[in-house]
Amino acid sequence: MIDRAVADSLPRKNGELVFEAPWEGRAFGMAVVMHDRGAYHWDDFRDRLIDHISNASTPYYESWLGALESLLLAHGMIEPEELDARVDEFKQLRRDPVF
Amino acid sequence: MSDQHTHDHGHDHDHDHDHGHHPEPPSDVEARALALESLLREKGLISGEEIDRIVSAYEHDIGPMIGARVVARAWTDPEYRRRLLAEAGPAVAELGLGGPSATNLTVIANTPEVHNLVVCTLCSCYPWAVLGLPPSWYKSPAYRSRAVREPRAVLHEFGLELPDSVRVNVWDSSSDLRYMVLPERPVGTEGWSEDELAALVTRDCMIGVARPQTPAAARS
Repeated sequence: MIDRAVADSLPRKNGELVFEAPWEGRAFGMAVVMHDRGAYHWDDFRDRLIDHISNASTPYYESWLGALESLLLAHGMIEPEELDARVDEFKQLRRDPVF
Repeated sequence: MSDQHTHDHGHDHDHDHDHGHHPEPPSDVEARALALESLLREKGLISGEEIDRIVSAYEHDIGPMIGARVVARAWTDPEYRRRLLAEAGPAVAELGLGGPSATNLTVIANTPEVHNLVVCTLCSCYPWAVLGLPPSWYKSPAYRSRAVREPRAVLHEFGLELPDSVRVNVWDSSSDLRYMVLPERPVGTEGWSEDELAALVTRDCMIGVARPQTPAAARS
Protein backbone atom coordinates (compact mmCIF):
# COMPACT_ATOMS: atom_id res chain seq x y z
CA MET A 1 0.00 0.00 0.00
CA ILE A 2 2.69 2.46 0.96
CA ASP A 3 6.41 2.05 0.72
CA ARG A 4 7.57 0.29 3.87
CA ALA A 5 10.69 2.38 4.46
CA VAL A 6 8.69 5.58 4.18
CA ALA A 7 5.91 4.22 6.35
CA ASP A 8 8.35 3.32 9.10
CA SER A 9 9.72 6.83 9.19
CA LEU A 10 6.30 8.42 9.64
CA PRO A 11 4.27 8.88 12.79
CA ARG A 12 2.37 5.72 13.52
CA LYS A 13 0.76 5.59 16.93
CA ASN A 14 2.44 8.69 18.31
CA GLY A 15 3.84 6.76 21.21
CA GLU A 16 0.57 5.21 22.23
CA LEU A 17 -0.48 1.57 22.05
CA VAL A 18 -3.41 0.98 19.72
CA PHE A 19 -4.73 -1.71 22.05
CA GLU A 20 -3.68 -1.98 25.65
CA ALA A 21 -4.61 -5.66 25.98
CA PRO A 22 -5.25 -8.42 23.42
CA TRP A 23 -8.96 -8.63 24.30
CA GLU A 24 -9.41 -4.98 23.28
CA GLY A 25 -8.15 -5.76 19.80
CA ARG A 26 -10.38 -8.84 19.59
CA ALA A 27 -13.45 -6.84 20.66
CA PHE A 28 -12.65 -4.13 18.11
CA GLY A 29 -11.99 -6.68 15.34
CA MET A 30 -15.18 -8.64 16.04
CA ALA A 31 -17.35 -5.53 15.69
CA VAL A 32 -15.67 -4.53 12.41
CA VAL A 33 -15.80 -8.03 10.90
CA MET A 34 -19.44 -8.62 11.86
CA HIS A 35 -20.35 -5.26 10.32
CA ASP A 36 -18.36 -6.01 7.15
CA ARG A 37 -20.21 -9.31 6.92
CA GLY A 38 -23.49 -7.39 6.89
CA ALA A 39 -24.69 -8.37 10.37
CA TYR A 40 -25.75 -4.79 11.19
CA HIS A 41 -25.53 -1.17 10.14
CA TRP A 42 -22.70 0.73 11.75
CA ASP A 43 -25.15 3.33 13.11
CA ASP A 44 -26.92 0.61 15.11
CA PHE A 45 -23.62 -0.33 16.67
CA ARG A 46 -22.76 3.33 17.27
CA ASP A 47 -26.09 4.01 19.01
CA ARG A 48 -25.42 1.21 21.46
CA LEU A 49 -21.84 2.35 21.93
CA ILE A 50 -23.12 5.82 22.84
CA ASP A 51 -25.49 4.27 25.40
CA HIS A 52 -22.70 2.25 26.98
CA ILE A 53 -20.24 5.14 26.91
CA SER A 54 -22.67 7.45 28.69
CA ASN A 55 -21.66 5.59 31.83
CA ALA A 56 -18.39 7.46 32.15
CA SER A 57 -16.83 5.09 34.66
CA THR A 58 -16.75 2.17 32.21
CA PRO A 59 -13.44 1.83 30.35
CA TYR A 60 -13.76 2.51 26.63
CA TYR A 61 -13.27 -0.96 25.15
CA GLU A 62 -15.47 -2.45 27.85
CA SER A 63 -18.25 -0.17 26.57
CA TRP A 64 -17.37 -1.30 23.08
CA LEU A 65 -17.68 -4.96 24.03
CA GLY A 66 -20.94 -4.30 25.90
CA ALA A 67 -22.39 -2.58 22.83
CA LEU A 68 -21.41 -5.51 20.61
CA GLU A 69 -22.84 -8.08 23.02
CA SER A 70 -26.16 -6.24 23.30
CA LEU A 71 -26.43 -5.82 19.53
CA LEU A 72 -25.73 -9.50 18.80
CA LEU A 73 -28.17 -10.55 21.52
CA ALA A 74 -30.85 -8.21 20.14
CA HIS A 75 -30.35 -9.67 16.65
CA GLY A 76 -30.67 -13.18 18.05
CA MET A 77 -27.24 -14.18 16.80
CA ILE A 78 -26.35 -15.41 20.25
CA GLU A 79 -28.55 -16.37 23.20
CA PRO A 80 -28.07 -14.90 26.67
CA GLU A 81 -27.92 -18.33 28.31
CA GLU A 82 -25.18 -19.65 26.07
CA LEU A 83 -23.18 -16.44 26.50
CA ASP A 84 -23.39 -16.61 30.29
CA ALA A 85 -22.48 -20.29 30.28
CA ARG A 86 -19.50 -19.68 27.99
CA VAL A 87 -18.22 -16.80 30.13
CA ASP A 88 -18.35 -19.10 33.17
CA GLU A 89 -16.41 -21.78 31.34
CA PHE A 90 -13.60 -19.34 30.59
CA LYS A 91 -13.63 -17.89 34.09
CA GLN A 92 -13.38 -21.34 35.64
CA LEU A 93 -10.60 -22.34 33.22
CA ARG A 94 -12.70 -25.13 31.78
CA ARG A 95 -11.95 -23.89 28.28
CA ASP A 96 -8.68 -22.83 26.65
CA PRO A 97 -8.49 -19.20 25.52
CA VAL A 98 -8.64 -18.68 21.78
CA PHE A 99 -6.37 -15.65 21.92
CA MET B 1 -4.05 -18.28 15.73
CA SER B 2 -0.59 -19.74 15.30
CA ASP B 3 0.75 -16.36 14.17
CA GLN B 4 -0.52 -14.77 17.33
CA HIS B 5 1.24 -17.32 19.52
CA THR B 6 4.54 -17.11 17.70
CA HIS B 7 4.39 -13.36 18.05
CA ASP B 8 3.67 -13.56 21.77
CA HIS B 9 6.61 -15.84 22.45
CA GLY B 10 8.96 -13.31 20.94
CA HIS B 11 8.04 -10.76 23.58
CA ASP B 12 6.90 -12.51 26.73
CA HIS B 13 10.30 -13.56 27.97
CA ASP B 14 9.31 -13.46 31.59
CA HIS B 15 6.06 -15.25 30.98
CA ASP B 16 5.52 -18.83 32.03
CA HIS B 17 6.06 -21.52 29.41
CA ASP B 18 2.73 -23.19 29.85
CA HIS B 19 1.60 -22.47 26.29
CA GLY B 20 -2.03 -21.64 25.84
CA HIS B 21 -2.95 -21.80 29.50
CA HIS B 22 -3.59 -18.85 31.72
CA PRO B 23 -1.98 -19.31 35.08
CA GLU B 24 -4.88 -17.32 36.54
CA PRO B 25 -8.50 -17.07 35.49
CA PRO B 26 -9.17 -14.30 32.97
CA SER B 27 -10.69 -11.05 34.20
CA ASP B 28 -14.46 -10.58 33.79
CA VAL B 29 -14.14 -8.46 30.68
CA GLU B 30 -11.51 -10.73 29.16
CA ALA B 31 -13.74 -13.76 29.77
CA ARG B 32 -16.62 -11.94 28.06
CA ALA B 33 -14.50 -11.19 24.99
CA LEU B 34 -13.26 -14.80 24.90
CA ALA B 35 -16.80 -16.15 25.25
CA LEU B 36 -18.19 -13.93 22.49
CA GLU B 37 -15.45 -14.80 20.02
CA SER B 38 -15.66 -18.48 20.82
CA LEU B 39 -19.45 -18.54 20.25
CA LEU B 40 -19.29 -16.54 17.01
CA ARG B 41 -16.58 -18.83 15.67
CA GLU B 42 -18.46 -21.94 16.70
CA LYS B 43 -21.55 -20.70 14.85
CA GLY B 44 -19.47 -19.96 11.76
CA LEU B 45 -20.36 -16.24 11.92
CA ILE B 46 -16.74 -15.16 12.09
CA SER B 47 -13.29 -16.65 11.77
CA GLY B 48 -10.32 -16.00 14.01
CA GLU B 49 -8.23 -15.16 10.94
CA GLU B 50 -10.60 -12.35 9.91
CA ILE B 51 -10.24 -10.78 13.34
CA ASP B 52 -6.46 -11.28 13.20
CA ARG B 53 -6.35 -9.41 9.89
CA ILE B 54 -8.28 -6.40 11.19
CA VAL B 55 -6.27 -6.19 14.40
CA SER B 56 -2.99 -6.51 12.58
CA ALA B 57 -3.95 -3.86 10.00
CA TYR B 58 -4.76 -1.32 12.70
CA GLU B 59 -1.65 -2.20 14.70
CA HIS B 60 0.76 -2.06 11.77
CA ASP B 61 -0.58 -0.64 8.51
CA ILE B 62 -3.32 1.88 9.24
CA GLY B 63 -2.33 4.93 11.22
CA PRO B 64 -1.57 8.64 11.07
CA MET B 65 1.18 8.07 8.50
CA ILE B 66 -1.62 7.76 5.94
CA GLY B 67 -3.11 11.14 6.84
CA ALA B 68 0.41 12.59 6.87
CA ARG B 69 0.95 11.57 3.25
CA VAL B 70 -2.34 13.17 2.26
CA VAL B 71 -1.38 16.40 4.03
CA ALA B 72 2.06 16.45 2.43
CA ARG B 73 0.55 16.06 -1.05
CA ALA B 74 -1.94 18.87 -0.35
CA TRP B 75 0.94 21.13 0.73
CA THR B 76 2.85 20.57 -2.49
CA ASP B 77 0.06 20.38 -5.05
CA PRO B 78 -2.58 23.16 -5.02
CA GLU B 79 -4.84 21.27 -7.43
CA TYR B 80 -4.75 18.22 -5.17
CA ARG B 81 -5.51 20.41 -2.18
CA ARG B 82 -8.57 21.78 -3.96
CA ARG B 83 -9.84 18.27 -4.75
CA LEU B 84 -9.13 17.08 -1.21
CA LEU B 85 -11.14 19.89 0.39
CA ALA B 86 -13.98 19.48 -2.13
CA GLU B 87 -14.34 15.72 -1.73
CA ALA B 88 -11.84 13.96 0.49
CA GLY B 89 -12.69 10.29 -0.18
CA PRO B 90 -11.73 10.21 -3.87
CA ALA B 91 -8.72 12.45 -3.26
CA VAL B 92 -7.35 10.06 -0.63
CA ALA B 93 -8.08 7.11 -2.94
CA GLU B 94 -6.05 8.82 -5.70
CA LEU B 95 -2.96 8.15 -3.58
CA GLY B 96 -3.92 4.49 -3.25
CA LEU B 97 -4.73 5.08 0.43
CA GLY B 98 -7.71 5.03 2.72
CA GLY B 99 -9.74 2.08 1.51
CA PRO B 100 -13.54 2.05 1.32
CA SER B 101 -14.04 3.58 4.77
CA ALA B 102 -12.59 6.91 3.62
CA THR B 103 -15.84 7.70 1.80
CA ASN B 104 -17.36 9.58 4.74
CA LEU B 105 -14.26 11.74 5.26
CA THR B 106 -14.26 15.54 5.17
CA VAL B 107 -11.01 17.49 5.32
CA ILE B 108 -11.05 21.03 6.72
CA ALA B 109 -8.18 23.44 6.24
CA ASN B 110 -6.58 25.64 8.85
CA THR B 111 -5.87 29.19 7.70
CA PRO B 112 -4.16 32.16 9.36
CA GLU B 113 -7.65 33.25 10.52
CA VAL B 114 -9.28 29.92 11.42
CA HIS B 115 -8.12 26.96 13.49
CA ASN B 116 -10.11 23.72 13.34
CA LEU B 117 -10.55 21.16 16.10
CA VAL B 118 -12.17 17.72 15.77
CA VAL B 119 -14.15 15.91 18.45
CA CYS B 120 -16.90 13.32 18.73
CA THR B 121 -19.09 14.47 21.60
CA LEU B 122 -21.26 11.34 21.77
CA CYS B 123 -18.76 8.52 21.41
CA SER B 124 -15.53 8.28 19.48
CA CYS B 125 -16.18 8.65 15.74
CA TYR B 126 -12.80 9.27 14.19
CA PRO B 127 -11.32 9.16 10.69
CA TRP B 128 -9.94 5.62 11.05
CA ALA B 129 -9.11 5.35 7.37
CA VAL B 130 -6.49 8.10 7.55
CA LEU B 131 -5.52 8.27 11.25
CA GLY B 132 -5.95 4.72 12.53
CA LEU B 133 -7.67 4.35 15.89
CA PRO B 134 -8.12 7.30 18.25
CA PRO B 135 -5.78 8.00 21.17
CA SER B 136 -7.21 7.41 24.63
CA TRP B 137 -7.66 11.12 25.41
CA TYR B 138 -9.88 11.53 22.33
CA LYS B 139 -12.23 8.93 23.82
CA SER B 140 -12.24 10.48 27.29
CA PRO B 141 -15.41 12.13 28.66
CA ALA B 142 -13.38 15.24 29.53
CA TYR B 143 -12.17 15.87 25.99
CA ARG B 144 -15.55 15.04 24.44
CA SER B 145 -17.39 17.55 26.59
CA ARG B 146 -14.78 20.29 26.96
CA ALA B 147 -13.64 20.54 23.33
CA VAL B 148 -16.97 22.13 22.43
CA ARG B 149 -17.49 24.15 25.61
CA GLU B 150 -14.02 25.61 26.06
CA PRO B 151 -11.85 24.74 23.07
CA ARG B 152 -9.22 27.38 23.81
CA ALA B 153 -8.67 26.03 27.31
CA VAL B 154 -8.32 22.52 25.90
CA LEU B 155 -5.85 23.69 23.26
CA HIS B 156 -3.89 25.54 25.94
CA GLU B 157 -3.55 22.29 27.88
CA PHE B 158 -2.19 20.64 24.75
CA GLY B 159 0.36 23.45 24.61
CA LEU B 160 -1.22 25.24 21.67
CA GLU B 161 -1.66 28.99 22.17
CA LEU B 162 -3.69 30.81 19.55
CA PRO B 163 -3.93 34.59 19.20
CA ASP B 164 -7.37 36.03 19.98
CA SER B 165 -7.66 37.03 16.34
CA VAL B 166 -7.80 33.35 15.30
CA ARG B 167 -11.27 31.85 15.32
CA VAL B 168 -11.61 28.27 16.60
CA ASN B 169 -14.09 26.05 14.76
CA VAL B 170 -15.03 22.80 16.49
CA TRP B 171 -16.27 19.94 14.31
CA ASP B 172 -18.41 17.28 15.95
CA SER B 173 -17.96 13.95 14.15
CA SER B 174 -20.57 11.32 13.49
CA SER B 175 -20.45 7.95 11.81
CA ASP B 176 -21.52 9.66 8.55
CA LEU B 177 -19.15 12.60 8.75
CA ARG B 178 -15.62 12.17 9.96
CA TYR B 179 -13.28 15.11 9.97
CA MET B 180 -9.56 15.51 9.52
CA VAL B 181 -7.72 18.82 9.82
CA LEU B 182 -5.38 19.99 7.07
CA PRO B 183 -2.81 22.00 9.05
CA GLU B 184 -0.91 24.95 7.63
CA ARG B 185 2.41 24.16 6.05
CA PRO B 186 5.23 25.23 8.39
CA VAL B 187 7.38 28.12 7.22
CA GLY B 188 10.92 27.25 6.27
CA THR B 189 9.98 24.11 4.36
CA GLU B 190 10.23 25.52 0.85
CA GLY B 191 11.58 22.94 -1.57
CA TRP B 192 11.08 20.01 0.81
CA SER B 193 10.02 16.66 -0.63
CA GLU B 194 6.67 15.09 0.22
CA ASP B 195 8.39 12.47 2.38
CA GLU B 196 10.25 15.14 4.35
CA LEU B 197 7.06 17.13 4.78
CA ALA B 198 5.02 14.09 5.84
CA ALA B 199 7.48 13.48 8.68
CA LEU B 200 6.43 16.85 10.19
CA VAL B 201 2.76 15.88 10.31
CA THR B 202 1.66 14.36 13.61
CA ARG B 203 -1.60 12.70 14.49
CA ASP B 204 -2.38 15.52 16.91
CA CYS B 205 -2.11 18.25 14.29
CA MET B 206 -4.60 16.38 12.07
CA ILE B 207 -7.06 16.31 15.02
CA GLY B 208 -6.34 19.99 15.57
CA VAL B 209 -4.78 19.97 19.04
CA ALA B 210 -1.30 20.78 17.77
CA ARG B 211 0.62 22.38 14.93
CA PRO B 212 2.95 20.40 12.67
CA GLN B 213 6.47 20.03 13.91
CA THR B 214 8.74 22.90 12.94
CA PRO B 215 11.66 22.14 10.63
CA ALA B 216 14.08 22.88 13.49
CA ALA B 217 12.34 20.48 15.91
CA ALA B 218 12.19 17.77 13.26
CA ARG B 219 15.95 17.92 12.71
CA SER B 220 16.88 17.70 16.37
